[in-house]
Amino acid sequence: MSRPDTGQTPVLRLENIVKTFPGVRALDGVSFAVMPGEVHALMGENGAGKSTLMKVLGGIHQPNEGQIFVEEQATVINTPLEAKAKGIVFIHQELSLAEELSVAENIYLGELPRKSFGRVDWNKLFAETNEILGKLNVSFDAKARVGDLSIANQQMVEIARALTVDAKAVIFDEPTASLTDAEKVVLFDVIADLKSQGVGIIYISHRMEEIFKITDRISVLRDGQYSGTLTTAQTNEDEVTQLMIGRSLDLSRNVSHGELGDVALEVRGLSCGHLYQDISFEVRRGEVVGFYGLVGAGRTEIAETLFGLRDPSAGTILLDGKEVRINSPAEAIAHGISLVPEDRKGQGLVLGMNCRDNMTLPQVDDLKAGPFVAEGAEVAIFDQYRDRLDIRTPGWRQLVGNLSGGNQQKIVIGKWLSMHPNVLILDEPTRGIDVGSKSEIHNLIRDLASQGYAVIVISSEMPEVLHVSDRIIAMYHGELIRTFSSEEVTEDNLIQAISGIRSDKVA
Amino acid sequence: MAPGTLSNYLKSGAIWAFIVLELAFFSIAGEYFSLSDKAFMDFDNMLLLFKQSAPIGIIAMGMTIIMVNGNIDLSVGATYALCAIVLLDSMTWPIFAGLGDAVIPISWALALLTGVLLGALNGLIVWKTGVDAFIVTLGSMLGYRGLVFMYNGEQPTSHLNWTLVDFAEAQFLGLHTATWFLLAVTVAIWFLMNRTVHGRNAYAIGDNRSAAVNAGIRVGPHMMINFMIIGFLAALSAVVFYSESGSVNPNDGELYELWIITAVVLGGTKLTGGSGSIVSTFGGVLAIQLLRKGLAHIGADTSTVNLVIGLILIAVLFLDRQLNLKGKEELRV
Repeated sequence: MSRPDTGQTPVLRLENIVKTFPGVRALDGVSFAVMPGEVHALMGENGAGKSTLMKVLGGIHQPNEGQIFVEEQATVINTPLEAKAKGIVFIHQELSLAEELSVAENIYLGELPRKSFGRVDWNKLFAETNEILGKLNVSFDAKARVGDLSIANQQMVEIARALTVDAKAVIFDEPTASLTDAEKVVLFDVIADLKSQGVGIIYISHRMEEIFKITDRISVLRDGQYSGTLTTAQTNEDEVTQLMIGRSLDLSRNVSHGELGDVALEVRGLSCGHLYQDISFEVRRGEVVGFYGLVGAGRTEIAETLFGLRDPSAGTILLDGKEVRINSPAEAIAHGISLVPEDRKGQGLVLGMNCRDNMTLPQVDDLKAGPFVAEGAEVAIFDQYRDRLDIRTPGWRQLVGNLSGGNQQKIVIGKWLSMHPNVLILDEPTRGIDVGSKSEIHNLIRDLASQGYAVIVISSEMPEVLHVSDRIIAMYHGELIRTFSSEEVTEDNLIQAISGIRSDKVA
Repeated sequence: MAPGTLSNYLKSGAIWAFIVLELAFFSIAGEYFSLSDKAFMDFDNMLLLFKQSAPIGIIAMGMTIIMVNGNIDLSVGATYALCAIVLLDSMTWPIFAGLGDAVIPISWALALLTGVLLGALNGLIVWKTGVDAFIVTLGSMLGYRGLVFMYNGEQPTSHLNWTLVDFAEAQFLGLHTATWFLLAVTVAIWFLMNRTVHGRNAYAIGDNRSAAVNAGIRVGPHMMINFMIIGFLAALSAVVFYSESGSVNPNDGELYELWIITAVVLGGTKLTGGSGSIVSTFGGVLAIQLLRKGLAHIGADTSTVNLVIGLILIAVLFLDRQLNLKGKEELRV
């Protein structure tokens, strides 16, 4: 299968790993192996199971089935500490460093060398740290305060921390997300170094360019399943893309039908500091505009600006042809803009409240009878949208936290529909939702458009944007790369646009 | 039964079960240890218990809103003392001389206004600076207490108005004036929290602030209103208590904030916000007062009372945590 016959023993091998959560099969029989001295890319769309797999390796989740082998010895990893002790170390995308402490203290956090009476052996600490830093060829020393270092150097501290143990496998999770090009070169040098020492490396990234530059093999996950391993030198971006997106879920391409209304929302030259620059687009009534790009491309930030959560640094927003300033969500709502946020539980719902109260939250002030809330009117609204959106719940008294992800999302959507918005923005509307509810929500989005709503859908899942959108805006690093009509878009030109590859296809 | 229902019942009923337990314990223990011949559950004794619960209980209702909203107010004890000074001192001001008993409503209004203003100041700072309410009210606790001492030095401020004393000591349908105030406040705040938009939004803000913001709720004004309410209630509590006593020491109301928070937390309100009930806070207030009175009844001194209440508080919160953890996949920390 995924083991090349080099006669070597893989440093890390996964066999048929299954991990289920209530209602979701997050990992479904994943197997692959990492050889010593190999850089092995792990790819897949958001939600394909990469992070769950890493949590299984890191001892945060226990697999329901399957086995992990470290140097061909069957291993159970119960805690992050055990993972480290077995030589599996992680370089996380989000750095977990104590900024007020020195580099040395961070590297040996929890394992500071000691002298008698529990005193820290500072001399030994700094000497050992400088030795490791020497190997990494970095510009700071063991006594530097971590908070004073650049992000790239902080990442080096994380890497140095990994090197304090006899690392067999090092896992890099989107390591270049916040690095400049020059900093990337240094990182790649370090990876090459580790590789030459016989360490196995798992490299998680969305960026094709990097994958093809530094990896030896590429394994792809799709919907929690292992969908294949390719040898980097013998494949190309198209083939990898195929493995990542070729799914069986019914996601036929949307065909626009031309029957569009007036421009409901127009954005001209909108910028917000370094988050995104010079964004212009328009959304007509009856149209779904999809925003596609990698995490961090600036899509969510544009939505937050339109919803009054961020101040733009330049540019104008026009609603029905009139320029507006939106200073708060309350003002956005008054202008008829609604946002179904990316983080449903964190930003969209009050989990400790019941279904009805969540659905009427933005308009409860308008539903008063004297000083008190008119609960009858609230129940009427809830009933109406429960039927319209087919929300499955025992009743309005049910706490929203007890519903499935799909039904929770329908509550959020119902909340805004009951306010009759002009523009509906949905950020990752099907994240963490099972396949069945996914297509219900897709159908709902198409329905809303045909009823004349202007809809913006932000998604990191290509089949989803292709399925629901009339037009697709591709973003990369805060820039609007290109707007595709549904006729001209292909999976290839879309994935290239959002990976920052400016081939001649992307004129 | 939906998951969590059982533990919810256990939690909302727990405070009342605890009160029953206290009553039973002190009744029986009282037979053996009490120095007086009177039974603990004597009717007059219970009426007195309600009356004595009033000063802390009235403020605890406000603290419940504040904590459901996700904030905390440490300055209530100092606000209470300052309002008491305004109440008693204003009755002696020369401009009101010759008004006779007509000065009473004026002094009450002045004291209540003082409370609202002090609360508004807290709320405004929390709203506009975004500094945590714990820090802001820690500062105002010290600041307001400083004002109390600036007013009259170490000396007590005294003024006895016999009409007021008669009013405060009156009993209507058997209950003391202070008890009526406590009950009225409890009912009013219950309606505020359970039937009005403001109450609904307070829960939403405390449970999930960003979801509340995303629903267009203006978080700042709601927090400010809540601080004004608790300021008003601290003043009302002072009005009720000092109408009878007629003398305020500059140290009065110290540690009130901690007793009040203890009562609210015993009643099941979460420190992190979003969850809490007025009725349970009422139970928490009674439970603490019962404990103080009961321990005194069986001859324990004040230091023992504090020790026991401290232990019980920790035991209750531990129990609460166990009930909440059950059945959830909590991350190991």
